[in-house]
Amino acid sequence: MSCNNPDTTKTGGSENDNTLIGAGSTFVYPLFSKQFAEYNKQTGLKVNYQSIGSGGGIQQLMHKTVDFGDSDAPLNDEQTQQMGAPVLHIPMCSGAVVISYNLPGLKDTLKLTPDVIANIFLGKVKAWNDAQIAAVNAGVQLPSTPIVVAHRSDGSGTTNIFTTYLSKVSPQWNTSPGKGSSINWPIGLGGKGNEGVAGLVKQTPGAIGYVELAYAIQNKMAFAKVQNKAGNFITPSVASTSAASNIQLPEDSKVSLTNTDAADGYPISGFTWALVYKEQKYDNRSQGRATNLLKLLWWNIHDGQKFCEALNYAPLSSSAVTVAEKILHSATYDGKQILQ
Amino acid sequence: MEIRHFFSLRKVRAEAAFKRTLLITSIVMIVIALGIFLTLLVHSMPSIKALGLKYLWGKTWDPVSNIYGGLPFLLGTLLTSFLALIISVPFSYAIAIYLGEYKTTGWLSGFLKNIVELVAAVPSVIYGFWALVVLVPIVRTIETKFGVAPYGVGIFTASLVLAIMIIPYAASLGRELIRLTPSALKEGAYSLGATRYEVLKNITLPYTKSGLFAGLLLSLGRALGETMAVTMVIGNSNMLPANIFAPSNTMASVIANEFTEADRTVYLSALIELGLLLFLVTVVINIIGKAVIKRFTNE
Repeated sequence: MSCNNPDTTKTGGSENDNTLIGAGSTFVYPLFSKQFAEYNKQTGLKVNYQSIGSGGGIQQLMHKTVDFGDSDAPLNDEQTQQMGAPVLHIPMCSGAVVISYNLPGLKDTLKLTPDVIANIFLGKVKAWNDAQIAAVNAGVQLPSTPIVVAHRSDGSGTTNIFTTYLSKVSPQWNTSPGKGSSINWPIGLGGKGNEGVAGLVKQTPGAIGYVELAYAIQNKMAFAKVQNKAGNFITPSVASTSAASNIQLPEDSKVSLTNTDAADGYPISGFTWALVYKEQKYDNRSQGRATNLLKLLWWNIHDGQKFCEALNYAPLSSSAVTVAEKILHSATYDGKQILQ
Repeated sequence: MEIRHFFSLRKVRAEAAFKRTLLITSIVMIVIALGIFLTLLVHSMPSIKALGLKYLWGKTWDPVSNIYGGLPFLLGTLLTSFLALIISVPFSYAIAIYLGEYKTTGWLSGFLKNIVELVAAVPSVIYGFWALVVLVPIVRTIETKFGVAPYGVGIFTASLVLAIMIIPYAASLGRELIRLTPSALKEGAYSLGATRYEVLKNITLPYTKSGLFAGLLLSLGRALGETMAVTMVIGNSNMLPANIFAPSNTMASVIANEFTEADRTVYLSALIELGLLLFLVTVVINIIGKAVIKRFTNE
């Protein structure tokens, strides 16, 4: 892409200011597809979003080959430094990670506490009839089947949300293995993608694994109620995930929603963020292009939210929308605020 | 005279141009191979600098604390590939001998030959899927009988599916070579009263053994680099495998799994270094193989 000719302008991989390019998270892709198609009908603006993974989206934004990235985790320190300019994180929606299990014959929904989940994934709780599991599931007939842990083998935002949660609730987990999009799992089998983990769980009696809420609902998988910080056992759902983000959020929205303070919030959830440069005048970008981008994101956090629920994504809570509005207002073109 | 001279000059020019094309194409191949090696090397530098030789025998792969050891994956790759080779050899040689020596013509021969070629053409993700649905439950039953943890996925399952995938390579090459055995040699043996089996054992196989071995190398090369099918059934565990039923991971599958979300320089570089290691392992195995073939042929 040549930037030498000021008449045709435009970087961002597209010569046309009516076509924006984005790349990143695969998690948010189905929602973005729907939202961008609707936005195109209303305004004629086209958005080409490539679901290459959060890490890839960040790389593309760093190389300025896309107008926006999307990541399920905020930029880490090294990435922030490599970007060279401030990058805004705008929450787009949130998603939950559910704990799915395969216990044939079990009729009741399993209840799990943070301690029990951590101990299972650390390999300290080895069988389903362990006293720790029985203690929170009074009256449930638990089998003596050994527990088989299934986790994601590919680097993923889902793993990041789940391990961030475990690090918050278990000091031992926080020391080792810690949190990240891929970690050194102490035990278990790895499956590639949600479908890989789901396959392992479905096929192996006694298996337990974590998958995205949307995936678990669509595939009718059994999943556990998890005890949140307030002590309530919460069934993961779109509503309880939205509730998790209805808390006091920091101004930059870069926060993990895991182990939320919200009393009715499901504790294992997180935002996915659209990433854009705060200063939109770079590499010969036109003001029109920057404005189009900001308007699109503004629409996403308002009118676009109504498409979330049908696709099993959790819409932003009112407090998240307020924070996202402020962040979008802070974007500038040549030092001047873009959205008035 | 004029015209004939003109024509011959044209022929010479065409000849030279053809030769040049061949040369250029070959050089391009060398440049690409070297280019790949250099790219891998350059991009591995951050990891080589940070980790040094520890990378080769380190047993821990921990992206969170930035510790990378490639040993479990090196072992996983070698174990699955060689196990697959051992499982596949009886089948590929049997097919090669049957099609090359016993049943060289006829509809059955043609049918079998086409099936073998088809097996090579099936995309690996289909093998992975098939293995996940069919092989994994079978292996799980076997594991239950042996009293090992009944995961179903692991080195053994990966080797089984790999074995099926690599059979066509050794089988096709073997069949072609066996058919190339000079009939004068074979007829001579028959005239001396040798049976079919004796001809095979004393004439055909000694005559073709270096080629049969080359077929194995081809199969092994395929097994070393196979990614998708293995990733789906190997269990993707980063620990050193305890036995052949244990879940493990190969170099190729780690790269495929973790590359997209490797978010730090050293992490990304460590993954590329795995690619470099895989490249070197392939080269070393090929060199050893070539040496073995040379010894066979010189005998």
